[in-house]
Amino acid sequence: MRLIELEQEMLEGRHGTPRKWAMQQLMRVGRFFDAEDFVEVSQVHLMADAESLGAAGVEFLERVAKAPPEHRRARVPTVTDPRGIDFEAYRRLGQTEKMAELERRAIAAFRAMDFLLADTCINYQTVMPPVLGEHLAFGDTGSTIYANSVLGARSNFEGGPSALAAALTGRVPRYGYHIPVNRRATRAFIVKVRPRDLSAWGALGGVIGRRVQSYWEVPAILGIEGAPTSDELKHFGAALASFGTVALFHMVGVTPEATDLPAVMDPGGSAPETIAGGDIDAFYRSYGGGGDKLDVVVFAAPQLSLMELRTLAGLLDGVAVHPQTAMLVATSPEVKAAADRLGLTQRIERAGAIVLKGVCFYQMHAREIGEAMGWKRLMSNSAKLVNIIAGYGYAPSLGTMEQCVAAAVAGRVPKGAE
Amino acid sequence: MNGGRIIRGHAGIGPSVTGVALVADDYFSARYDLDRSAGVFSRPAHKLYGQSYVGRVLVLRGAKGGVATAWMLRNMVAAGKAPLALLLNIANPIMVQGAAFADLPFMDRFEADITQAIRTGETVTVDPEAGRVTVHAAQ
Repeated sequence: MRLIELEQEMLEGRHGTPRKWAMQQLMRVGRFFDAEDFVEVSQVHLMADAESLGAAGVEFLERVAKAPPEHRRARVPTVTDPRGIDFEAYRRLGQTEKMAELERRAIAAFRAMDFLLADTCINYQTVMPPVLGEHLAFGDTGSTIYANSVLGARSNFEGGPSALAAALTGRVPRYGYHIPVNRRATRAFIVKVRPRDLSAWGALGGVIGRRVQSYWEVPAILGIEGAPTSDELKHFGAALASFGTVALFHMVGVTPEATDLPAVMDPGGSAPETIAGGDIDAFYRSYGGGGDKLDVVVFAAPQLSLMELRTLAGLLDGVAVHPQTAMLVATSPEVKAAADRLGLTQRIERAGAIVLKGVCFYQMHAREIGEAMGWKRLMSNSAKLVNIIAGYGYAPSLGTMEQCVAAAVAGRVPKGAE
Repeated sequence: MNGGRIIRGHAGIGPSVTGVALVADDYFSARYDLDRSAGVFSRPAHKLYGQSYVGRVLVLRGAKGGVATAWMLRNMVAAGKAPLALLLNIANPIMVQGAAFADLPFMDRFEADITQAIRTGETVTVDPEAGRVTVHAAQ
């Protein structure tokens, strides 16, 4: 790889051991993908919950944090993805002191590196939305696909170690979606039915994601008339990335690079496929559970916006969650503060739900929580969450936000929701 | 361990190793698919559900899902609950970043479908630097 003088100095260790490690990490990845040089990034979004880090990851962060300040501080603004512990709620969820301690150690290390502990996966809505053509190192699949697709910024999936390396160096190897020609659509999907709510947008993302199944495929979506909302595209993109490991989509007439199909479609791309209402219905039916006792309803993945919290508060006014069922709601610390100030948190919690801040359910030791609380049957309006959570020992059901609330009140998954 | 079939791929990451293959026509995510403390596939829909991957040359179609695997591979190696090597038809950046961080032998982009070219139980040598996998004849 071609290096400029600063990059060569960092690689040689003249800016400290952490930046030397960071250049080595990035160059191993860059060489794997035949990158020719580096590209500077303006923001880093770092996924590093303690469940994923484990003891080995936290010890690594602590070694970086012990370096002198001029060697360990982030070179570009770096915000964190959700943590694994909400310190105001973890005991109620059966999380252990050991989990909390690991999280505290990770947080102390991030502070030493001058990272901004935003603890959010919706930083593109709530912290600083990227702009067209901006190069980024975003570290959550949902934040990356949204920044790439809806905002036209440029990022690969930068998993924790590489996002950390990007924070320490201010750059990433130039490959994948930093290169314009790789951003052209290779598949096209004509959507015949407009999703009616957030979970259906997630289901549509899941249907397309299951068909794509490759990081290097870029789907173009046709047939969506009129702009969807940011929350709708958030659920669509998060599910598409989760089911298909996709990092970029174009929605013709909606996303900024896709003024029309020829503007984004690779001439060698495959013929358009059709997505009909039956495909979305079949996706819902692939998650069962109708009639089962419901243990927990989770609204998360991605964290909820203020608008979603407002809708949920409206649905929960005057009702109570069944005593045998729990309801968890996850949002960012900043949105939680706004929800507190606006009375939304109080309305949601009055019904028996718990509003969590700075966490997301699947990133908070969900297996151990399920075992401690005796939870098995889970319902959510997030297609991404139901996709992930089966691996953690849960039996998931997918429904709309309204169906999830009704099910939580009844204590059972409704028949026909699946 | 001389002789055997040679399968070429793109140059990869990590040291050369020899071990027994565990192969499936399915995808891989450490977060979605594994019980990392037990060292087994825990996602009921996965084709390797219930099987241990510890110490095996794990051969699968491709990467799936989220970013967590980038951290998790190093912790799995440190805990002695990792595959010996990972071979995929096509990687995503997360698998590569995780393998680089963990120094776990890892390769992709083979001349043939790697999930068809190797069978479970075969002994293979993975040489990432040379971009070469050797499948040894049964003893």
